[in-house]
Amino acid sequence: MNETFMVEVGETQYLVTVAAGRIEKVERGPFVMRPWRFAIRASAEHWEKFWRDPPPPGWHDLFALLRRGEVAFEGDQRVLMSHLLYLKLALASLRAK
Amino acid sequence: MRIEPISGRYVHIELEEREHRVYFEEAGEGIPLLCLHTAGSDGRQYRAVLNDAEITRRYRVIAFDMPRHGKSSPPAGWENEDYRLTTGRYTGMIMSVARALALERPVVMGCSIGGRIVLDLALEHAREFRALIGLQSGAFVERYYDPAWLDHPEVHGGRACGAVAYGLMSPLSPRSEVWETVWHYMQGGPGVFTGDLHFYQVEGDVRERIGEIDTSVCPLYLLTGEYDYSASPRDTQAVVDRVRGAKLTVMKGLGHFPMSENPEAFLRYLRPVLQEIHG
Repeated sequence: MNETFMVEVGETQYLVTVAAGRIEKVERGPFVMRPWRFAIRASAEHWEKFWRDPPPPGWHDLFALLRRGEVAFEGDQRVLMSHLLYLKLALASLRAK
Repeated sequence: MRIEPISGRYVHIELEEREHRVYFEEAGEGIPLLCLHTAGSDGRQYRAVLNDAEITRRYRVIAFDMPRHGKSSPPAGWENEDYRLTTGRYTGMIMSVARALALERPVVMGCSIGGRIVLDLALEHAREFRALIGLQSGAFVERYYDPAWLDHPEVHGGRACGAVAYGLMSPLSPRSEVWETVWHYMQGGPGVFTGDLHFYQVEGDVRERIGEIDTSVCPLYLLTGEYDYSASPRDTQAVVDRVRGAKLTVMKGLGHFPMSENPEAFLRYLRPVLQEIHG
């Protein structure tokens, strides 16, 4: 992946920049007119459940949140779907160990 | 040296007036147990059931790859059509395989789309089966993502299908088994998973009819992994609430692919069900 994408945790925005598959930078907002390819948005409460280790049933995957209607995807969904496994694993890697 | 007691052969069947070459694996002797794999995957998902000596002592376990899946060929002319699975096609295929292999009142066990079609078999063909086992059964799943992305020229189908399958599994399942299950998805032909999902998410809605299932004609066992969010325990409970006599087991710590993501845990749930059916 070579993209910058937005992750929103409630009101807090993060821009994640990936170059050749490596996460180069994670910046915390607020941002003014910064471009991004796609955004993944969920409430802080829902991310907190997703990031538990182990996560409870129905909160363990990005698409589990989608099934609940608790995550929103915006922007270029083709790029998001092209890198879906990468994104799922990258986001899950933040789980408390 | 370790050689598994599974043998694989091809059977030729006619579906919608076209010849199909269908691959199937089998092991064991006794009551026929016909296993149905999930959308976009193949019969390898049942390798642990086929290898379980306790089961194959009393059951002839058979897992076939649906046409276009695994080692089964697509029919001649596939290159000119959009593949879409429907209830009629799926049921026709199962009945044809059972007839071709001369299975007498088999038990049918299906997962996901297979868990859906056993509900249809219970409605339309109950007398022809000894028992039906639905894994991850639900009467319908509303679309929550667009499966067109899984069959898109600018998205790698194998990687996208693998990513969808990955998330449906439990975070507690052994990693090697989870990733093998993903691998099967990554090997699927273009458009096959999406075509199967037409049945699962659009056409194969049995919500209106499941109340008519008569479990006194054919027993119905439903086993659902607690981590599945496609066919969740709540979805299966909704079936059980309307089908008198259907037996529900919620499988702790398992996800959407119990037989392949955590075979050992799954077999602990399956063996008592097969014991009960055997009598």
